[in-house]
Amino acid sequence: MRREGRPVFLNLFQIRLPIPGVVSIIHRITGVLLFLAIPLFLYIFQRSLQGQAGYADALAILSHPLVMLITLVLVWSLLHHWLAGIRYLLLDVDVGIERMAARRSAWVVLFLAPVLTLIVLGVLWL
Amino acid sequence: MRGGMSGMGAWLWQRLTALYLGAYILVLLLALVFSGGPEALTWQAWMTHPLVLLATALFLGGWLLHAWIGLRDVIVDYIHPFAIRLAVLAAVALFLLACGVWGIYILIQAASTWA
Repeated sequence: MRREGRPVFLNLFQIRLPIPGVVSIIHRITGVLLFLAIPLFLYIFQRSLQGQAGYADALAILSHPLVMLITLVLVWSLLHHWLAGIRYLLLDVDVGIERMAARRSAWVVLFLAPVLTLIVLGVLWL
Repeated sequence: MRGGMSGMGAWLWQRLTALYLGAYILVLLLALVFSGGPEALTWQAWMTHPLVLLATALFLGGWLLHAWIGLRDVIVDYIHPFAIRLAVLAAVALFLLACGVWGIYILIQAASTWA
């Protein structure tokens, strides 16, 4: 693909990505995180279905500080991935493809994901 | 153009699974948030209900397929040496297959509480 002599500039710290690009790369990163977490989801789900003792065990795992930190990241990942995913599905059917509209919706995703994370975890943890 | 080589099938499956996974997660999160606190019997009665179990089985299949297509896209974009790319793709496929087998086992375990 790359033609000879063409300059290649891939310093990620100097490329100023537009906001939709930021949402896109985070969509990818959160996708990989959610993929890596599949065994954790499966394990806690499995335990939670194994009687009173298993359920109590699942809750105990979920209230471990390290697991709570992972949960925080994963819930945010899920919500970002979910919101950005809906944005892409809408873009697929030509909704919000104007440049300003696309920028606005990207900001909405970036902002709403952490806000919803706090609401969901606030309810589940408190 | 028809067939598996155009990427159209993967593109479409990624979106179809996204719709289902998104809907399932929305329902699950709302149910958890409005459940009024953790309760083993409520959770297990709900999760082992045949229809919920069926929906969860579909969710598991959709999840693994969605993850496979997504990971494949990411790997093909960033890993260029052919041998390494193949090895990573194989590792991801193996990981997802193992998760699938485990997931089916969990669902069978859950269904066995019907008896």
